[in-house]
Amino acid sequence: MAFDSPKAGETLVRVADLKVHFPIHAGLIRRQVGTVRAVDGVSFDVARGETLGLVGESGCGKSTTGRAVLRLVDATAGRIEMAGTDIASLGSEALRRMRPRMQMIFQDPHASLNPRMTVGSIVAEPLSEHGTLRGSARQRRVEELLDAVGLNPSFANRYPHEFSGGQRQRIGIARALALDPDFIVCDEPIAALDVSIQAQVVNLLEELQERLGLTYLFISHDLSMVRHIADRVAVMYLGKIVELADREALYGAPKHPYTQALLSAVPIPNPKVEATRRHIILKGDVPSPANPPSGCRFRTRCPIAEARCAAEEPAWRKLDDGRHVACHFAT
Amino acid sequence: MTDASLAAQGMTAHRSLWGDVWRQFRAHRGAMVGSAVFLFIVLGVTVGPYIHTVDPQYLNMRARNAGISWDHPFGTDNVGRDMLAQVMAGGRVSLAVGFAAMGVSIVIGALVGVLAGYIRRLDGPLMRLTDLFLALPILPLLLVILLLFRDTLRTLFGPEAGIFLLIVFVIGITSWMQTARIVRGEVLALKEREFVLAAKSIGTRGHRIITRHLLPNVLSPIMVSATIGIANAIITESALSFLGLGFPPDFPTWGRLLFDGKDFMTLTPERVIWPGLAISLTVLSVNFIGDGLRDALDPRIRGR
Repeated sequence: MAFDSPKAGETLVRVADLKVHFPIHAGLIRRQVGTVRAVDGVSFDVARGETLGLVGESGCGKSTTGRAVLRLVDATAGRIEMAGTDIASLGSEALRRMRPRMQMIFQDPHASLNPRMTVGSIVAEPLSEHGTLRGSARQRRVEELLDAVGLNPSFANRYPHEFSGGQRQRIGIARALALDPDFIVCDEPIAALDVSIQAQVVNLLEELQERLGLTYLFISHDLSMVRHIADRVAVMYLGKIVELADREALYGAPKHPYTQALLSAVPIPNPKVEATRRHIILKGDVPSPANPPSGCRFRTRCPIAEARCAAEEPAWRKLDDGRHVACHFAT
Repeated sequence: MTDASLAAQGMTAHRSLWGDVWRQFRAHRGAMVGSAVFLFIVLGVTVGPYIHTVDPQYLNMRARNAGISWDHPFGTDNVGRDMLAQVMAGGRVSLAVGFAAMGVSIVIGALVGVLAGYIRRLDGPLMRLTDLFLALPILPLLLVILLLFRDTLRTLFGPEAGIFLLIVFVIGITSWMQTARIVRGEVLALKEREFVLAAKSIGTRGHRIITRHLLPNVLSPIMVSATIGIANAIITESALSFLGLGFPPDFPTWGRLLFDGKDFMTLTPERVIWPGLAISLTVLSVNFIGDGLRDALDPRIRGR
């Protein structure tokens, strides 16, 4: 919006103690027998104009966090502040008015576009829903958006199935940009694309960020891509953030044992280094989010776990260099 | 002109949705044959009586059970009524009942299916209602409805219009369940797709999500059940007429003609062949039209 001019470092999104629990129903009368703690107490800030990377393995709650931040999934508890407004408790009409400021780019470009709508009407949908533009002005805006994401504006009459994965993802980006949002959640936007196309899409996202002053929450399991695009990185494990730090600090000297293990799994494109490097191989599987371990959630697989880890949940601490870690032994 | 310049032209030229649909529909050979046959039947029952101007109720005892002749191209029945005139008059009623009842059943079925699939709270009650209707013994139900309302509607709308409304309503209300189940299943699968989530993240309201994103994508199964529904409605109407619950005995419909003719099958087989052929051709051609429409309305198949 025009009146809050972008200031570097100003917090745009603040998430505090976000929890998303899904009930498990079973039996004849569908009684609730448990809860899946998909997201269980997540807190982070995103400053205006920055990119916060959110990494973690499959099923750790990354996507649910991203969806809850946009209220596409209702939060069980916690606050989600978007430019000072708590959207976790907004009514549906007030929430609808907030929607133009926050958008999402989806993972699967084949599922995120309605196969029965032309590209033009897909990109125009946000414009017509919020009634900002009509008639030829809207058509001009659609052409402008398609041009901005590197697509030929004359493609507006075509259907999504006529495009490749990378082009479809660009259509999805054009739709997300239509209402001039401040904040975009990118939910694994490159995971379904060929490696050769991934770089194009990431570069497009970076270029758009620079030009339009966008703020991203970039969800991914691709650690090297996150290193490329993110300013700060949060690492999630089983519904909780275990470490949040500046990109260089996190990749240079990870403090949490899970981050260390995760980063050691990224191959280094140098056979000599790769052969002698220490790999941390975690044992066992991720515990079920319906029945997480006591104390520290990572203790069942942690190479340095002690008795204390089972009894006491590690606090979310701020270290001297400004990073946050949830581990008793990190210094 | 080279292929490349033609392709470039096609890219920039404005393509209207219905233009594309019509082009694809015309490319579907079965649909075009079906349309031609169906158009012929419709013209036959609407314009036909003005060409073959014989009163279908005129009794000619001298020409009983007559074969095919110039005077009676389809022959006559056991009281000398002209079969062609009866088939044409019966077709009007049968087609009208078929389409109107199909419309009622599709609207109810699609509505129940979409609401049950989209609104979680309504899913249980609406689907149990569907099960209830499926479990009801249809014929006793029809008997009760017809007995209760026939006379009221007759006095309100006249004998023919009253019974027409009643039959359309009764067939519609007892044949929507399959459509509702199919549509609900499709909607349940569709609403988890990311494009519906994308629409929510834009702030699209619920009814727009249904009309813009869900309904167009469940069009294919609705179309299929609609074509089957027409056939079922025509056949159910025949069964009702046979039980004496449908139209009055002197009021021909295709089903009525079939049942009246079945006792004379060895003597004058054409009495069952002609209305039977008319029903079969209608159902078949409508099925082909539905098939073509379904393909034409799907952009993924269109243009292939």
